Amino acid sequence: MKIAVCIKRVPEMDVKFRIAASGKAVDEMGLKWDMSDFDGYAVEAALQMVEKLGTGEVVVISLGPDAAQEVLRKALSMGATRAVHLKSDQVPFDSAAIATALAAELKDGGYDLIMFGKMAIDSASGATGVIVGETLGLPTVHGCTKLEITNGKGSARRELEGGAEEVTFPLPAVVTIDEGIARPRYPSLKGIMAAKKKPMDTRPAQLGTVRVTVDAMALPPERAAGRIIGEGAAAVPELVRLLQTEAKVL
Amino acid sequence: MPNVLTYAEVRAGDLRKISLEAVSTARALADAYGGEVHVVLSGGPGVGSHAGTLGEHGADAVFVTEHEALAQYNPEALSALVAGRARNGYSAVLVGASARGRDLAPRVAAKLGAAILSDVTSLRREGDALVATHPVYTGKVLATLRLTSGDAAAVVSLRPGAFSATQAPRTARVEAAPPAGDPSAVRVQVKETTTADSRKLDLAEAPVIVSGGRGLKAAQNFKLVEDLAAAFGNAAVGATRAVTDDGWRPHSDQIGQTGRQVSPELYVAVGISGAIQHIAGMRASRCIVAINKDAEAPIFKVADYGIVGDVFEVVPALTAAIRELRARS
Repeated sequence: MKIAVCIKRVPEMDVKFRIAASGKAVDEMGLKWDMSDFDGYAVEAALQMVEKLGTGEVVVISLGPDAAQEVLRKALSMGATRAVHLKSDQVPFDSAAIATALAAELKDGGYDLIMFGKMAIDSASGATGVIVGETLGLPTVHGCTKLEITNGKGSARRELEGGAEEVTFPLPAVVTIDEGIARPRYPSLKGIMAAKKKPMDTRPAQLGTVRVTVDAMALPPERAAGRIIGEGAAAVPELVRLLQTEAKVL
Repeated sequence: MPNVLTYAEVRAGDLRKISLEAVSTARALADAYGGEVHVVLSGGPGVGSHAGTLGEHGADAVFVTEHEALAQYNPEALSALVAGRARNGYSAVLVGASARGRDLAPRVAAKLGAAILSDVTSLRREGDALVATHPVYTGKVLATLRLTSGDAAAVVSLRPGAFSATQAPRTARVEAAPPAGDPSAVRVQVKETTTADSRKLDLAEAPVIVSGGRGLKAAQNFKLVEDLAAAFGNAAVGATRAVTDDGWRPHSDQIGQTGRQVSPELYVAVGISGAIQHIAGMRASRCIVAINKDAEAPIFKVADYGIVGDVFEVVPALTAAIRELRARS
Protein backbone atom coordinates (compact mmCIF):
# COMPACT_ATOMS: atom_id res chain seq x y z
CA MET A 1 0.00 0.00 0.00
CA LYS A 2 1.52 3.28 -1.12
CA ILE A 3 -0.10 6.35 0.36
CA ALA A 4 0.57 10.03 -0.34
CA VAL A 5 -0.54 12.65 2.16
CA CYS A 6 -0.56 16.31 1.13
CA ILE A 7 0.00 18.66 4.05
CA LYS A 8 0.20 22.43 4.56
CA ARG A 9 2.15 24.59 6.97
CA VAL A 10 -0.21 27.07 8.63
CA PRO A 11 -0.07 29.49 11.56
CA GLU A 12 -1.44 28.31 14.89
CA MET A 13 -4.86 29.84 15.28
CA ASP A 14 -4.99 30.60 18.99
CA VAL A 15 -3.81 34.19 18.55
CA LYS A 16 -5.19 37.58 17.72
CA PHE A 17 -4.13 38.15 14.11
CA ARG A 18 -2.89 41.49 12.83
CA ILE A 19 -3.04 42.63 9.23
CA ALA A 20 0.29 43.20 7.44
CA ALA A 21 1.22 46.64 6.11
CA SER A 22 0.30 45.50 2.58
CA GLY A 23 -3.30 45.11 3.73
CA LYS A 24 -3.41 41.83 1.80
CA ALA A 25 -2.10 39.30 4.29
CA VAL A 26 -1.81 38.67 8.01
CA ASP A 27 1.28 39.96 9.78
CA GLU A 28 3.46 36.88 10.27
CA MET A 29 5.58 38.46 13.01
CA GLY A 30 5.47 36.29 16.12
CA LEU A 31 3.21 33.61 14.65
CA LYS A 32 3.89 29.97 15.47
CA TRP A 33 3.45 27.42 12.73
CA ASP A 34 2.38 23.82 12.49
CA MET A 35 0.79 21.27 10.20
CA SER A 36 -2.84 22.19 9.42
CA ASP A 37 -5.18 20.35 11.83
CA PHE A 38 -7.00 18.20 9.29
CA ASP A 39 -3.73 17.30 7.56
CA GLY A 40 -2.51 15.93 10.89
CA TYR A 41 -5.53 13.63 11.04
CA ALA A 42 -4.77 12.49 7.48
CA VAL A 43 -1.13 11.70 8.31
CA GLU A 44 -2.19 9.75 11.39
CA ALA A 45 -4.86 7.81 9.48
CA ALA A 46 -2.31 6.94 6.76
CA LEU A 47 0.27 5.75 9.30
CA GLN A 48 -2.31 3.60 11.09
CA MET A 49 -3.38 2.02 7.80
CA VAL A 50 0.17 1.06 6.85
CA GLU A 51 0.90 -0.17 10.39
CA LYS A 52 -2.20 -2.34 10.32
CA LEU A 53 -1.25 -3.86 6.98
CA GLY A 54 2.35 -4.30 8.13
CA THR A 55 3.59 -3.12 4.77
CA GLY A 56 3.61 -0.03 2.61
CA GLU A 57 4.89 3.51 2.65
CA VAL A 58 3.57 6.96 3.48
CA VAL A 59 4.93 9.81 1.36
CA VAL A 60 4.22 13.31 2.63
CA ILE A 61 4.08 16.23 0.21
CA SER A 62 3.92 19.94 0.97
CA LEU A 63 3.77 22.95 -1.30
CA GLY A 64 5.19 26.16 0.09
CA PRO A 65 8.31 28.13 0.98
CA ASP A 66 11.42 26.53 2.50
CA ALA A 67 9.76 26.59 5.91
CA ALA A 68 7.25 24.01 4.64
CA GLN A 69 10.03 21.50 5.30
CA GLU A 70 9.31 21.93 9.04
CA VAL A 71 5.94 20.23 8.75
CA LEU A 72 7.31 17.60 6.40
CA ARG A 73 10.00 16.83 8.98
CA LYS A 74 7.32 16.60 11.65
CA ALA A 75 5.35 14.08 9.55
CA LEU A 76 8.55 12.09 9.04
CA SER A 77 9.12 12.07 12.79
CA MET A 78 5.56 10.77 13.25
CA GLY A 79 6.52 7.86 11.00
CA ALA A 80 6.13 8.86 7.35
CA THR A 81 8.61 7.19 5.00
CA ARG A 82 9.83 10.10 2.89
CA ALA A 83 8.93 13.64 1.94
CA VAL A 84 8.59 15.80 -1.16
CA HIS A 85 8.81 19.58 -0.89
CA LEU A 86 7.25 21.46 -3.82
CA LYS A 87 8.96 24.78 -3.43
CA SER A 88 6.99 27.94 -3.99
CA ASP A 89 7.90 31.11 -2.10
CA GLN A 90 4.32 32.33 -2.39
CA VAL A 91 1.31 30.09 -1.85
CA PRO A 92 -1.43 31.63 -4.00
CA PHE A 93 -5.03 31.87 -2.73
CA ASP A 94 -6.12 29.76 -5.68
CA SER A 95 -7.14 26.14 -5.04
CA ALA A 96 -7.02 25.22 -8.73
CA ALA A 97 -3.51 26.64 -9.25
CA ILE A 98 -2.22 24.65 -6.25
CA ALA A 99 -4.06 21.50 -7.33
CA THR A 100 -2.34 21.70 -10.72
CA ALA A 101 1.09 21.52 -9.04
CA LEU A 102 0.09 18.70 -6.68
CA ALA A 103 -1.58 16.67 -9.43
CA ALA A 104 1.57 16.93 -11.56
CA GLU A 105 3.63 15.56 -8.66
CA LEU A 106 1.16 12.78 -7.79
CA LYS A 107 0.26 11.65 -11.31
CA ASP A 108 2.96 9.07 -11.90
CA GLY A 109 3.66 8.25 -8.26
CA GLY A 110 1.87 4.90 -8.34
CA TYR A 111 -0.13 5.72 -5.20
CA ASP A 112 -2.98 3.48 -4.06
CA LEU A 113 -4.41 6.24 -1.92
CA ILE A 114 -3.89 10.01 -1.93
CA MET A 115 -4.97 11.80 1.21
CA PHE A 116 -5.61 15.41 2.16
CA GLY A 117 -7.05 17.20 5.16
CA LYS A 118 -10.57 18.31 4.25
CA MET A 119 -9.32 21.91 4.22
CA ALA A 120 -6.38 24.04 5.25
CA ILE A 121 -7.29 25.74 8.50
CA ASP A 122 -5.90 29.12 7.34
CA SER A 123 -7.32 29.58 3.83
CA ALA A 124 -10.38 27.43 4.64
CA SER A 125 -11.40 26.68 1.06
CA GLY A 126 -11.49 22.88 1.14
CA ALA A 127 -11.28 22.55 -2.63
CA THR A 128 -7.72 21.51 -3.46
CA GLY A 129 -7.99 17.79 -2.65
CA VAL A 130 -11.17 17.33 -4.67
CA ILE A 131 -9.74 19.21 -7.66
CA VAL A 132 -6.64 16.98 -7.54
CA GLY A 133 -8.88 13.89 -7.50
CA GLU A 134 -10.90 15.10 -10.48
CA THR A 135 -7.77 16.20 -12.33
CA LEU A 136 -6.24 12.75 -11.91
CA GLY A 137 -9.55 11.11 -12.88
CA LEU A 138 -9.64 9.14 -9.62
CA PRO A 139 -12.62 8.27 -7.41
CA THR A 140 -12.73 11.03 -4.80
CA VAL A 141 -14.41 11.21 -1.40
CA HIS A 142 -14.44 14.53 0.47
CA GLY A 143 -14.58 14.91 4.25
CA CYS A 144 -14.29 11.36 5.61
CA THR A 145 -14.95 10.84 9.31
CA LYS A 146 -14.41 7.09 8.95
CA LEU A 147 -12.27 5.29 6.43
CA GLU A 148 -11.57 1.62 5.85
CA ILE A 149 -9.52 0.05 3.11
CA THR A 150 -9.75 -3.68 2.43
CA ASN A 151 -8.70 -5.65 -0.64
CA GLY A 152 -8.40 -2.65 -2.93
CA LYS A 153 -11.76 -1.23 -1.93
CA GLY A 154 -12.55 1.67 0.33
CA SER A 155 -15.52 2.57 2.44
CA ALA A 156 -16.00 5.88 4.16
CA ARG A 157 -18.48 7.94 6.10
CA ARG A 158 -19.19 11.61 5.40
CA GLU A 159 -21.10 13.84 7.77
CA LEU A 160 -24.00 15.82 6.34
CA GLU A 161 -26.09 18.47 7.99
CA GLY A 162 -28.17 16.40 10.39
CA GLY A 163 -27.14 13.06 8.95
CA ALA A 164 -24.39 11.13 7.27
CA GLU A 165 -23.71 9.14 4.15
CA GLU A 166 -21.82 5.89 3.69
CA VAL A 167 -19.67 5.74 0.59
CA THR A 168 -17.90 2.90 -1.21
CA PHE A 169 -15.21 3.31 -3.86
CA PRO A 170 -12.41 1.38 -5.58
CA LEU A 171 -8.68 2.17 -5.31
CA PRO A 172 -6.67 4.04 -6.37
CA ALA A 173 -8.58 6.96 -4.93
CA VAL A 174 -8.32 10.42 -3.40
CA VAL A 175 -9.84 11.06 0.04
CA THR A 176 -9.96 14.14 2.22
CA ILE A 177 -10.11 13.68 5.97
CA ASP A 178 -12.39 15.34 8.50
CA GLU A 179 -11.99 15.42 12.24
CA GLY A 180 -13.02 12.31 14.14
CA ILE A 181 -10.82 9.79 12.30
CA ALA A 182 -7.66 9.77 14.38
CA ARG A 183 -5.86 12.07 16.76
CA PRO A 184 -2.34 12.68 15.47
CA ARG A 185 0.37 11.12 17.60
CA TYR A 186 3.16 13.16 19.11
CA PRO A 187 6.52 12.40 17.51
CA SER A 188 8.66 10.28 19.81
CA LEU A 189 12.30 11.18 20.46
CA LYS A 190 13.26 8.10 18.48
CA GLY A 191 11.00 9.25 15.66
CA ILE A 192 12.54 12.71 15.69
CA MET A 193 16.04 11.23 15.46
CA ALA A 194 15.02 8.83 12.68
CA ALA A 195 13.36 11.65 10.70
CA LYS A 196 16.68 13.45 10.32
CA LYS A 197 17.94 10.64 8.10
CA LYS A 198 14.78 10.18 6.03
CA PRO A 199 14.86 11.42 2.42
CA MET A 200 13.36 14.80 1.52
CA ASP A 201 13.27 15.79 -2.16
CA THR A 202 12.81 19.41 -3.15
CA ARG A 203 11.63 20.54 -6.54
CA PRO A 204 9.97 23.70 -7.85
CA ALA A 205 6.14 23.68 -7.70
CA GLN A 206 4.57 23.79 -11.15
CA LEU A 207 1.64 26.02 -10.19
CA GLY A 208 -1.26 26.49 -12.58
CA THR A 209 -2.36 29.94 -13.74
CA VAL A 210 -3.35 32.05 -10.76
CA ARG A 211 -6.84 33.47 -11.28
CA VAL A 212 -7.85 34.18 -7.69
CA THR A 213 -6.02 36.98 -5.90
CA VAL A 214 -6.37 38.74 -2.56
CA ASP A 215 -7.69 42.30 -2.77
CA ALA A 216 -7.59 42.85 0.96
CA MET A 217 -7.59 41.22 4.35
CA ALA A 218 -9.29 42.81 7.32
CA LEU A 219 -10.29 41.98 10.85
CA PRO A 220 -14.03 41.46 11.30
CA PRO A 221 -15.86 44.11 13.31
CA GLU A 222 -15.40 43.59 17.05
CA ARG A 223 -18.47 42.47 18.90
CA ALA A 224 -19.78 45.16 21.21
CA ALA A 225 -18.88 44.37 24.80
CA GLY A 226 -21.53 42.19 26.35
CA ARG A 227 -23.02 42.47 29.78
CA ILE A 228 -23.98 40.16 32.56
CA ILE A 229 -27.62 40.91 33.28
CA GLY A 230 -28.03 38.97 36.48
CA GLU A 231 -27.53 35.84 38.52
CA GLY A 232 -29.50 32.62 38.63
CA ALA A 233 -33.05 31.89 37.49
CA ALA A 234 -34.17 35.29 38.78
CA ALA A 235 -32.47 36.90 35.75
CA VAL A 236 -34.54 34.93 33.24
CA PRO A 237 -37.47 37.40 32.92
CA GLU A 238 -35.03 40.25 32.23
CA LEU A 239 -33.26 38.11 29.61
CA VAL A 240 -36.52 37.34 27.84
CA ARG A 241 -37.48 41.02 27.92
CA LEU A 242 -34.14 42.06 26.38
CA LEU A 243 -34.34 39.37 23.71
CA GLN A 244 -37.80 40.66 22.77
CA THR A 245 -37.39 44.41 23.00
CA GLU A 246 -33.69 45.12 22.52
CA ALA A 247 -32.23 42.29 20.44
CA LYS A 248 -35.62 41.61 18.79
CA VAL A 249 -34.84 37.95 18.23
CA LEU A 250 -37.95 36.51 19.84
CA MET B 1 -22.12 35.07 -21.16
CA PRO B 2 -24.58 36.95 -19.00
CA ASN B 3 -26.38 33.89 -17.61
CA VAL B 4 -25.78 32.38 -14.18
CA LEU B 5 -26.20 28.70 -13.36
CA THR B 6 -27.09 27.28 -9.94
CA TYR B 7 -27.67 23.85 -8.52
CA ALA B 8 -30.71 23.00 -6.38
CA GLU B 9 -29.98 20.58 -3.56
CA VAL B 10 -32.79 18.20 -2.65
CA ARG B 11 -32.40 15.85 0.30
CA ALA B 12 -34.95 13.23 1.30
CA GLY B 13 -37.41 14.89 -1.08
CA ASP B 14 -37.01 18.37 0.44
CA LEU B 15 -35.56 21.37 -1.34
CA ARG B 16 -32.83 22.73 0.96
CA LYS B 17 -33.04 26.36 2.05
CA ILE B 18 -29.48 26.92 0.78
CA SER B 19 -30.77 26.22 -2.75
CA LEU B 20 -33.13 29.20 -2.55
CA GLU B 21 -30.31 31.33 -1.16
CA ALA B 22 -28.25 30.29 -4.19
CA VAL B 23 -31.07 31.12 -6.63
CA SER B 24 -31.60 34.54 -5.02
CA THR B 25 -27.86 35.27 -5.17
CA ALA B 26 -27.76 34.11 -8.79
CA ARG B 27 -30.72 36.42 -9.52
CA ALA B 28 -28.84 39.45 -8.18
CA LEU B 29 -25.72 38.50 -10.14
CA ALA B 30 -27.62 37.77 -13.36
CA ASP B 31 -29.36 41.14 -13.08
CA ALA B 32 -25.92 42.77 -12.87
CA TYR B 33 -24.95 40.98 -16.10
CA GLY B 34 -28.34 41.43 -17.77
CA GLY B 35 -28.79 37.69 -17.99
CA GLU B 36 -30.95 34.78 -16.88
CA VAL B 37 -30.83 32.40 -13.93
CA HIS B 38 -30.79 28.72 -14.83
CA VAL B 39 -31.05 25.92 -12.31
CA VAL B 40 -29.98 22.28 -12.44
CA LEU B 41 -32.60 20.31 -10.50
CA SER B 42 -31.77 16.64 -10.28
CA GLY B 43 -32.86 13.74 -8.15
CA GLY B 44 -35.15 10.75 -8.08
CA PRO B 45 -38.46 10.61 -9.97
CA GLY B 46 -40.71 13.52 -8.98
CA VAL B 47 -37.93 15.96 -8.10
CA GLY B 48 -39.16 18.28 -10.87
CA SER B 49 -42.05 19.31 -8.60
CA HIS B 50 -39.69 21.84 -6.96
CA ALA B 51 -39.35 23.86 -10.17
CA GLY B 52 -42.17 26.23 -9.17
CA THR B 53 -40.49 27.20 -5.90
CA LEU B 54 -37.26 27.92 -7.77
CA GLY B 55 -39.21 30.18 -10.16
CA GLU B 56 -40.70 32.08 -7.23
CA HIS B 57 -37.17 32.94 -6.14
CA GLY B 58 -36.02 34.15 -9.52
CA ALA B 59 -35.15 31.17 -11.72
CA ASP B 60 -35.85 31.78 -15.43
CA ALA B 61 -35.21 28.19 -16.49
CA VAL B 62 -35.04 24.90 -14.59
CA PHE B 63 -33.37 21.86 -16.14
CA VAL B 64 -34.87 18.78 -14.56
CA THR B 65 -33.03 15.46 -14.52
CA GLU B 66 -34.88 12.60 -12.85
CA HIS B 67 -33.21 9.23 -12.41
CA GLU B 68 -33.33 6.56 -9.70
CA ALA B 69 -29.53 6.69 -9.40
CA LEU B 70 -29.70 10.43 -8.67
CA ALA B 71 -32.10 10.02 -5.74
CA GLN B 72 -29.07 9.80 -3.45
CA TYR B 73 -26.17 12.20 -3.72
CA ASN B 74 -24.15 10.95 -6.67
CA PRO B 75 -21.01 13.10 -6.86
CA GLU B 76 -19.66 11.74 -10.14
CA ALA B 77 -22.91 11.77 -12.12
CA LEU B 78 -24.04 15.06 -10.64
CA SER B 79 -20.78 16.93 -11.25
CA ALA B 80 -20.81 15.65 -14.86
CA LEU B 81 -24.39 16.90 -15.21
CA VAL B 82 -23.72 20.36 -13.77
CA ALA B 83 -20.44 20.78 -15.65
CA GLY B 84 -22.12 19.65 -18.88
CA ARG B 85 -24.81 22.28 -18.47
CA ALA B 86 -22.22 24.90 -17.48
CA ARG B 87 -20.40 24.40 -20.78
CA ASN B 88 -23.38 26.05 -22.52
CA GLY B 89 -21.95 29.44 -21.66
CA TYR B 90 -22.38 30.90 -18.19
CA SER B 91 -20.55 33.64 -16.35
CA ALA B 92 -20.76 31.80 -13.05
CA VAL B 93 -21.93 28.58 -11.41
CA LEU B 94 -23.23 29.08 -7.86
CA VAL B 95 -23.52 26.18 -5.43
CA GLY B 96 -24.55 26.29 -1.77
CA ALA B 97 -21.62 25.32 0.46
CA SER B 98 -23.49 22.57 2.31
CA ALA B 99 -21.64 19.32 3.00
CA ARG B 100 -22.65 18.14 -0.47
CA GLY B 101 -22.10 21.51 -2.15
CA ARG B 102 -18.56 21.71 -0.77
CA ASP B 103 -17.95 18.40 -2.53
CA LEU B 104 -19.76 19.30 -5.74
CA ALA B 105 -18.33 22.79 -6.39
CA PRO B 106 -14.63 21.82 -6.71
CA ARG B 107 -15.57 18.82 -8.86
CA VAL B 108 -17.44 21.08 -11.27
CA ALA B 109 -14.58 23.61 -11.25
CA ALA B 110 -12.07 20.86 -12.08
CA LYS B 111 -14.21 19.49 -14.89
CA LEU B 112 -14.56 22.97 -16.38
CA GLY B 113 -10.92 23.91 -15.78
CA ALA B 114 -12.37 26.87 -13.91
CA ALA B 115 -11.21 28.86 -10.92
CA ILE B 116 -13.20 28.59 -7.70
CA LEU B 117 -14.17 30.77 -4.77
CA SER B 118 -15.20 28.65 -1.78
CA ASP B 119 -17.54 29.34 1.12
CA VAL B 120 -18.08 33.03 0.40
CA THR B 121 -20.25 35.34 2.51
CA SER B 122 -20.67 38.11 -0.06
CA LEU B 123 -20.43 38.18 -3.84
CA ARG B 124 -20.55 40.92 -6.43
CA ARG B 125 -19.55 41.57 -9.99
CA GLU B 126 -16.84 44.09 -10.78
CA GLY B 127 -16.19 44.40 -14.51
CA ASP B 128 -14.97 41.02 -15.72
CA ALA B 129 -14.19 39.83 -12.21
CA LEU B 130 -16.13 38.45 -9.28
CA VAL B 131 -15.28 39.88 -5.89
CA ALA B 132 -16.19 37.93 -2.76
CA THR B 133 -15.69 37.89 0.98
CA HIS B 134 -14.35 34.67 2.46
CA PRO B 135 -13.71 34.16 6.19
CA VAL B 136 -10.17 32.81 6.77
CA TYR B 137 -8.03 31.99 9.81
CA THR B 138 -11.05 30.40 11.53
CA GLY B 139 -13.17 33.48 10.96
CA LYS B 140 -10.69 35.82 12.64
CA VAL B 141 -9.83 37.49 9.35
CA LEU B 142 -12.01 38.36 6.36
CA ALA B 143 -10.39 38.06 2.95
CA THR B 144 -11.68 39.96 -0.06
CA LEU B 145 -10.90 37.76 -3.04
CA ARG B 146 -10.99 38.58 -6.73
CA LEU B 147 -11.59 35.90 -9.34
CA THR B 148 -10.75 36.71 -12.94
CA SER B 149 -11.87 33.70 -14.85
CA GLY B 150 -11.29 34.48 -18.50
CA ASP B 151 -13.39 32.17 -20.68
CA ALA B 152 -14.45 29.47 -18.22
CA ALA B 153 -17.41 30.00 -15.90
CA ALA B 154 -16.32 30.93 -12.40
CA VAL B 155 -17.45 28.44 -9.73
CA VAL B 156 -18.53 29.87 -6.39
CA SER B 157 -19.81 28.11 -3.27
CA LEU B 158 -21.96 30.18 -0.91
CA ARG B 159 -21.87 29.88 2.87
CA PRO B 160 -25.28 28.74 4.13
CA GLY B 161 -27.15 31.52 5.89
CA ALA B 162 -24.92 34.31 4.56
CA PHE B 163 -27.26 35.15 1.69
CA SER B 164 -31.00 35.66 1.99
CA ALA B 165 -33.58 33.78 0.00
CA THR B 166 -35.95 36.39 -1.41
CA GLN B 167 -38.98 36.21 -3.64
CA ALA B 168 -38.55 37.35 -7.25
CA PRO B 169 -41.52 35.52 -8.78
CA ARG B 170 -41.63 34.43 -12.37
CA THR B 171 -42.78 31.33 -14.18
CA ALA B 172 -39.66 29.33 -14.85
CA ARG B 173 -39.34 27.43 -18.13
CA VAL B 174 -39.02 23.79 -17.22
CA GLU B 175 -36.99 21.50 -19.47
CA ALA B 176 -36.30 17.83 -19.04
CA ALA B 177 -32.56 17.15 -19.39
CA PRO B 178 -30.98 13.72 -19.77
CA PRO B 179 -28.31 12.65 -17.29
CA ALA B 180 -24.69 12.85 -18.42
CA GLY B 181 -23.94 9.20 -19.16
CA ASP B 182 -25.32 6.41 -16.99
CA PRO B 183 -25.71 7.74 -13.43
CA SER B 184 -25.59 4.21 -12.00
CA ALA B 185 -22.21 3.46 -13.64
CA VAL B 186 -20.15 5.43 -11.14
CA ARG B 187 -17.22 4.48 -8.92
CA VAL B 188 -18.17 6.42 -5.81
CA GLN B 189 -21.43 4.90 -4.55
CA VAL B 190 -23.32 6.78 -1.84
CA LYS B 191 -25.90 5.49 0.60
CA GLU B 192 -27.41 8.02 2.93
CA THR B 193 -27.75 6.85 6.49
CA THR B 194 -30.93 7.70 8.26
CA THR B 195 -31.19 10.96 10.09
CA ALA B 196 -32.35 10.73 13.67
CA ASP B 197 -35.30 12.96 12.92
CA SER B 198 -35.97 14.27 9.44
CA ARG B 199 -37.77 17.30 10.89
CA LYS B 200 -34.71 18.19 12.93
CA LEU B 201 -33.38 21.59 11.98
CA ASP B 202 -29.82 21.78 10.82
CA LEU B 203 -27.25 24.12 12.40
CA ALA B 204 -26.83 25.92 9.07
CA GLU B 205 -30.52 26.60 8.68
CA ALA B 206 -31.85 27.14 12.18
CA PRO B 207 -32.52 30.74 13.25
CA VAL B 208 -31.79 29.73 16.85
CA ILE B 209 -29.03 27.45 18.14
CA VAL B 210 -28.84 26.14 21.70
CA SER B 211 -25.40 24.75 22.39
CA GLY B 212 -24.05 22.81 25.34
CA GLY B 213 -20.61 22.34 26.87
CA ARG B 214 -18.87 20.48 29.65
CA GLY B 215 -20.77 22.52 32.22
CA LEU B 216 -23.65 20.10 31.65
CA LYS B 217 -21.52 17.49 33.44
CA ALA B 218 -22.96 14.36 31.75
CA ALA B 219 -24.36 13.23 28.41
CA GLN B 220 -27.88 12.71 29.74
CA ASN B 221 -28.04 16.32 30.92
CA PHE B 222 -28.07 17.43 27.30
CA LYS B 223 -31.81 16.94 27.65
CA LEU B 224 -31.84 20.44 29.21
CA VAL B 225 -30.41 21.82 25.97
CA GLU B 226 -32.79 19.78 23.83
CA ASP B 227 -35.78 20.92 25.87
CA LEU B 228 -34.81 24.55 25.49
CA ALA B 229 -34.33 24.07 21.73
CA ALA B 230 -37.75 22.41 21.54
CA ALA B 231 -39.31 25.32 23.44
CA PHE B 232 -38.02 27.78 20.83
CA GLY B 233 -39.53 25.58 18.13
CA ASN B 234 -37.04 26.79 15.51
CA ALA B 235 -33.78 25.83 17.19
CA ALA B 236 -31.01 23.35 16.44
CA VAL B 237 -28.72 21.79 19.03
CA GLY B 238 -24.95 22.33 18.94
CA ALA B 239 -22.06 21.32 21.14
CA THR B 240 -18.45 22.11 21.98
CA ARG B 241 -15.54 19.97 20.90
CA ALA B 242 -14.99 18.71 24.44
CA VAL B 243 -18.51 17.32 24.36
CA THR B 244 -18.25 15.67 20.93
CA ASP B 245 -14.81 14.26 21.79
CA ASP B 246 -16.39 12.61 24.82
CA GLY B 247 -19.11 11.15 22.62
CA TRP B 248 -21.96 12.97 24.37
CA ARG B 249 -23.02 14.32 20.98
CA PRO B 250 -22.18 13.33 17.38
CA HIS B 251 -19.18 14.97 15.76
CA SER B 252 -21.48 16.71 13.26
CA ASP B 253 -22.93 18.83 16.11
CA GLN B 254 -19.57 20.37 16.95
CA ILE B 255 -19.37 24.15 16.59
CA GLY B 256 -15.90 25.64 16.44
CA GLN B 257 -12.61 25.99 14.69
CA THR B 258 -12.54 22.45 13.32
CA GLY B 259 -16.31 21.96 13.33
CA ARG B 260 -19.25 23.93 12.02
CA GLN B 261 -19.17 27.71 11.75
CA VAL B 262 -22.60 29.12 12.37
CA SER B 263 -24.32 32.51 12.30
CA PRO B 264 -27.87 32.18 13.68
CA GLU B 265 -30.04 35.05 14.86
CA LEU B 266 -29.74 33.80 18.42
CA TYR B 267 -27.07 31.59 19.95
CA VAL B 268 -27.58 30.31 23.48
CA ALA B 269 -24.40 28.91 25.07
CA VAL B 270 -25.19 26.63 27.99
CA GLY B 271 -22.37 25.60 30.31
CA ILE B 272 -19.76 26.66 27.74
CA SER B 273 -16.63 28.38 29.05
CA GLY B 274 -15.83 29.93 25.68
CA ALA B 275 -12.55 28.44 24.52
CA ILE B 276 -11.09 30.37 21.62
CA GLN B 277 -11.72 27.36 19.35
CA HIS B 278 -15.43 27.42 20.16
CA ILE B 279 -15.75 31.19 19.76
CA ALA B 280 -14.30 30.82 16.24
CA GLY B 281 -17.39 28.82 15.28
CA MET B 282 -20.11 31.07 16.67
CA ARG B 283 -18.81 34.63 16.91
CA ALA B 284 -20.74 35.63 13.77
CA SER B 285 -24.08 34.95 15.51
CA ARG B 286 -26.31 38.03 15.64
CA CYS B 287 -27.16 37.75 19.34
CA ILE B 288 -25.31 35.61 21.86
CA VAL B 289 -26.64 34.56 25.26
CA ALA B 290 -24.39 32.78 27.76
CA ILE B 291 -25.39 30.88 30.86
CA ASN B 292 -22.45 29.76 32.99
CA LYS B 293 -21.67 29.46 36.66
CA ASP B 294 -18.24 31.10 36.35
CA ALA B 295 -18.54 34.88 36.00
CA GLU B 296 -14.95 34.99 34.73
CA ALA B 297 -15.59 32.56 31.84
CA PRO B 298 -14.43 34.03 28.50
CA ILE B 299 -17.82 33.29 26.93
CA PHE B 300 -19.16 36.37 28.76
CA LYS B 301 -16.76 38.56 26.75
CA VAL B 302 -18.56 37.73 23.50
CA ALA B 303 -22.07 37.28 24.89
CA ASP B 304 -24.52 40.13 24.41
CA TYR B 305 -26.39 38.92 27.48
CA GLY B 306 -24.99 36.76 30.23
CA ILE B 307 -26.54 35.06 33.21
CA VAL B 308 -24.19 33.83 35.91
CA GLY B 309 -25.69 30.79 37.53
CA ASP B 310 -26.22 27.08 37.72
CA VAL B 311 -27.34 25.79 34.32
CA PHE B 312 -29.52 23.16 36.05
CA GLU B 313 -31.52 25.99 37.58
CA VAL B 314 -31.37 28.73 34.93
CA VAL B 315 -32.00 26.65 31.80
CA PRO B 316 -35.27 25.02 32.97
CA ALA B 317 -36.51 28.48 34.00
CA LEU B 318 -35.63 29.87 30.58
CA THR B 319 -37.28 26.88 28.88
CA ALA B 320 -40.48 27.50 30.86
CA ALA B 321 -40.41 31.23 30.04
CA ILE B 322 -39.94 30.61 26.28
CA ARG B 323 -42.72 27.99 26.32
CA GLU B 324 -45.04 30.44 28.00
CA LEU B 325 -44.13 33.19 25.57
CA ARG B 326 -44.82 30.98 22.56
CA ALA B 327 -48.09 29.71 24.04
CA ARG B 328 -49.29 33.31 24.31
CA SER B 329 -48.32 34.36 20.79
